[in-house]
Amino acid sequence: MHFGPHLLLAALEGLVTSAVLALTALGLSLVFGVMRVVNVAHGEFFMLGAVLAWAITTAIGGHPALGFLAALVIAPLIVGAIALVAERLVLRRLNYNPEATIVATIGMLYIIQQLALTFYGPEARPVEPPFSYRILLPWFGYSGYKLSVIATSALLLIATWLVLTHTRIGLVMRATQYDSETAQAFGIPVGRVYGGVFALGAMLAAIAAVLIVPISQAHYLMGQDPLLLSFIVVIIGGLGSLRGTVVAAVLIGLSDGIISMFFSPTLAKIIATLLVAMVLVFRPQGLFGTASR
Amino acid sequence: MSEASPAKAYALHLGVIALLFVLSFLLPEYYHGLLARIMVLAVFAMGYNMLFGYVGLLSLGHAMLFAAGLYGAGLAVIQLGWSVPLAFLGGIACGAVLALVIGLLALRTTGVAFMIVTMMFAQVFYLLILYFAAWTGGDQGMVVPQPARVLSFGTTSLELTNPTVRYLTALGLFSIVLLVKLAMVRSRYGRVLVAIRENEERTKMLGYDTFSNKLAAVVISGTICAASGAAYALLFGYVGSSFASVQYSILPLLWVLLGGAATTLGPLIGTLFMYYVIDITSGYTSAYLLIVGIALILLVLFFPKGILGSIRQRWLGWLP
Repeated sequence: MHFGPHLLLAALEGLVTSAVLALTALGLSLVFGVMRVVNVAHGEFFMLGAVLAWAITTAIGGHPALGFLAALVIAPLIVGAIALVAERLVLRRLNYNPEATIVATIGMLYIIQQLALTFYGPEARPVEPPFSYRILLPWFGYSGYKLSVIATSALLLIATWLVLTHTRIGLVMRATQYDSETAQAFGIPVGRVYGGVFALGAMLAAIAAVLIVPISQAHYLMGQDPLLLSFIVVIIGGLGSLRGTVVAAVLIGLSDGIISMFFSPTLAKIIATLLVAMVLVFRPQGLFGTASR
Repeated sequence: MSEASPAKAYALHLGVIALLFVLSFLLPEYYHGLLARIMVLAVFAMGYNMLFGYVGLLSLGHAMLFAAGLYGAGLAVIQLGWSVPLAFLGGIACGAVLALVIGLLALRTTGVAFMIVTMMFAQVFYLLILYFAAWTGGDQGMVVPQPARVLSFGTTSLELTNPTVRYLTALGLFSIVLLVKLAMVRSRYGRVLVAIRENEERTKMLGYDTFSNKLAAVVISGTICAASGAAYALLFGYVGSSFASVQYSILPLLWVLLGGAATTLGPLIGTLFMYYVIDITSGYTSAYLLIVGIALILLVLFFPKGILGSIRQRWLGWLP
């Protein structure tokens, strides 16, 4: 294959990564933006989504599309419920103290990971894609499913943006993010908003995982990389900024796809992580964000 | 913290050291080896406590400082053929220099950003170990060969592989760090650090240069952690990348939280207790990470002060 088509393939793979990453990072960004909580267990909610997708498709059987659609609805709901319980039982009791919540979510990370290992096992298991249509380009054939992942993710991102900017729920969330005390004074049930946002963040990660699981298998340690990448995206995009998150996800996903195709993936990760650490040190508001209050 | 009882505090610490010394001759073989390991790791926890307990800086990247000592000493012996004492000092120097660089960068941030930045630097360090697998052994790690692990003074030589020598060397390192830390906590410098933890702005206003005080604390903490890592490599003979992973940044946090942040003996008690719990439960389940997770959540929810912190609050106000 020549350089041009090779680059196109790398860019397409990168876009698939970006699509999934944008959804996952958006969840992390919402939770941080509204609640000021750094959720270290976010990657485990992603992993739970993938593992549940495998469990649901296996339980339903029949045509792969049937099981996949069921998983796309049920898995995020279960993950959201788990997140809500965790928020009520632990985070709320800590008064959302930033340092205590980090330690607590690290605890959740270990608990979820270990439970997944105990009940799901150490194997990586595949989920069949809902359809297996291949689009034939002049140079290579490309999976139609992967393109549909990009489209689905774009739709979900637009839907989230509409909810945030054009609905009452979005208004309440933005008010809480802007100033939770004043929001409380105006009768907004801040506690319930926090619970809902934490669940929503986890659900976004779970949806991203269900979308990716037909491409890369479900495994109990699969939450580590999305967690780190989401952190990178959220930091570069500016904490709590939706547009910044999406732009950064496309940037990171594309460069990750292209660098990993031509260089060592470990080297790509080293460079990306180091760059982001430097951004945090020298430009804490992110590349696209404005200075925080 | 009270002024009146230096003698009491020193007596308590010397008593603990004497008890550990006597235990060396009483413990059965399995616990003997375990306790030697716990003492080396407790030094790691004490280094962590220096920063987390006294300055109030929560780092999620201390695994890199432990690993700097571990690899610094291990590589010096394996690749360069250095003698044990030189390799030990080399490992400590690696940790101190790394801590200085990380401190200069990371201390520009505060709060949550500090945690994430330290975690990311540690991740870069971990990935670098994997990337340079040709020298570091990658995720397989390396074994420090037995013949190299010998301390020789002129004609006599001590084999670090001998359990008693290993135990007493670990105890020696532990005692030095414990007493140095006790003295430091009681010194002027220790009090400035606590002042920074309690109210950095006010400390600055009183005329203290908080940045250089914090930087010094990062370097001291890094030096202690690297000493623990270097001792681990030389005493137990294994240098592996898992010691640089995120998990080894979380464990000292857990040990310190459990034993009591900002207490001198807390790190030892936390490490001892956690190992003991894991040792008991491993008879029933292999899911020890589950216990780590549950312990972390229960601790932040119900015992944010840890074992010794609670004891100090209730009964023994003079406990350092």
